Amino acid sequence: MTTVRTDSALPVPAPIINPDTAEYWAATLEGRLLITRCSQCGEASWYPRPICPFCHSTDTVLEQASGRGTVYTFSVVRKVPGPWAKAAPYVLAYVELEEGPRMMTNIVDCPVEDVSIGAPVEVAFFDTGEGSALPRFRLVDA
Amino acid sequence: MSINGRAFLAGAFEHPGRELPNDSLAQIHATVCLGALADAGLTMEDVDGYFCGNDAAGAGWISMADYMGLRNLRYMDATESGGASPIYHVSHAAAAIAAGKCSVALVSLAGKPRTGIQPGGGGPVVPEDGFEGRMYGVVGSTSTYALAARRHMYEYGTTSEQLAEIKVAATIHASHNPNAFLRKVLTVEDVVNSPLIADPLHRADCCVITDGGGAVVVVSPEIAASLPRASVKILGSGEAGKIVNGGRTDLTYSSAVWSAPRAFAEAGVTPADVDYVSIYDSFTITVLMMLEDLGFCEKGEGGRFVQDGALVAPFGRLPFNTDGGGLANNHPGHRGGITKLIEAVRQLRDEANEGVQVPDCQIALVHGNGGDLGTRMRSATMILGREDS
Ligand SMILES: [Zn+2]
Repeated sequence: MTTVRTDSALPVPAPIINPDTAEYWAATLEGRLLITRCSQCGEASWYPRPICPFCHSTDTVLEQASGRGTVYTFSVVRKVPGPWAKAAPYVLAYVELEEGPRMMTNIVDCPVEDVSIGAPVEVAFFDTGEGSALPRFRLVDA
Repeated sequence: MSINGRAFLAGAFEHPGRELPNDSLAQIHATVCLGALADAGLTMEDVDGYFCGNDAAGAGWISMADYMGLRNLRYMDATESGGASPIYHVSHAAAAIAAGKCSVALVSLAGKPRTGIQPGGGGPVVPEDGFEGRMYGVVGSTSTYALAARRHMYEYGTTSEQLAEIKVAATIHASHNPNAFLRKVLTVEDVVNSPLIADPLHRADCCVITDGGGAVVVVSPEIAASLPRASVKILGSGEAGKIVNGGRTDLTYSSAVWSAPRAFAEAGVTPADVDYVSIYDSFTITVLMMLEDLGFCEKGEGGRFVQDGALVAPFGRLPFNTDGGGLANNHPGHRGGITKLIEAVRQLRDEANEGVQVPDCQIALVHGNGGDLGTRMRSATMILGREDS
């Protein structure tokens, strides 16, 4: 069981929750990552929204993803202004979920030098303190 | 040109609701768009033009295009004219259709004044907020362009030294420009030894930050013929948008792969005919990827293409940004489009700076990438010729 963490080394911004995304964010508090699945064409899409961007059907549901994937690309952010400056260097990345979609995220809990394209990762949730938890990813053994 | 009889209104739909507290603003746009298309007997897949005003959710047309999955757009217009906006949009759409720029244009308007602006459901909040960008430490655009650069290196073996060649060429050009922000010629070593901002992009891979601006005037052929100064003929143009596409993100190409062929076709020329290019150079990776996507080399060959001074005027194979571009000359207001047009006009008038004028410059290409190579973007490509071309 994934638990929501409060030990983030990075800032944990809170999302603006709207009717499209309320169910998604509620699940994050239980450590569950939801993705949109289209009942018409069967495709999984990202980010959550009630219209399928592939076949344009509005017959969609949120389903639980495995939370596992691989690194599609990444950047080690070293110089940045504002509240993230103290967190640098940190890793910005796209993770390709097992279900197909690629989502922007951070890779955490490791030296930045350890991240590589193709590396297997799993999700971890970090409490925003405002009724939601932010999904980030950590390296795991293949 | 008259639009009389050249375009028609084929579908219309009014949302039945008058209080919609549980619909996001973006969702209302999508609902009325689906309704109007159904009324016309069309689908989202048929749409190749999209028009909206400031009432749309997010950052102009691209946010709604992304939200609804409009992946075939080749004409878009976010002209903001208050409540009259949709009338402007229909007029523009008719003109565009008459000119062959699009065939199915979708116009939407929505708002939530009755149930208030709710977080994420109204106002200038992009629908993807919460899922990218600020949530993950994206500040400015260097880090997201770095995501594209990293993937390009992984897939094609592109190196930091190859990216640096682009900056070097820009600084050589800027050294001939008395107004350039950076007038020191850099070497490849200078670029790769400058501090990493967002790995693999260094400080010298980035454009300069400057105040300033520019303008161009576009006129009819009759007016152009009556003016004493040499003018530049617009031979063709192409537009395109690349959406994140439901998370099937592919950072190895830009929407220039669609805008460029349209512009070349309209102009009746090929990349081999181009004597000079102005390419919006927010970062070195932007130029490298555009050279591929515009058709000047195969995908993945950009790194090899820029070696050996290919971009350096006046005698390189493809002189680019002879004013020094955004990488060395000027990037007013963080926007590079206007300076690209201006330098192309100079080249076609034989008025570029001494030392960088391309001999017998007949055909120029101008390309702008707006948005982000790391997420979603707009591309506009234009082909220009001399007045008598
Ligand atoms: Zn679908």
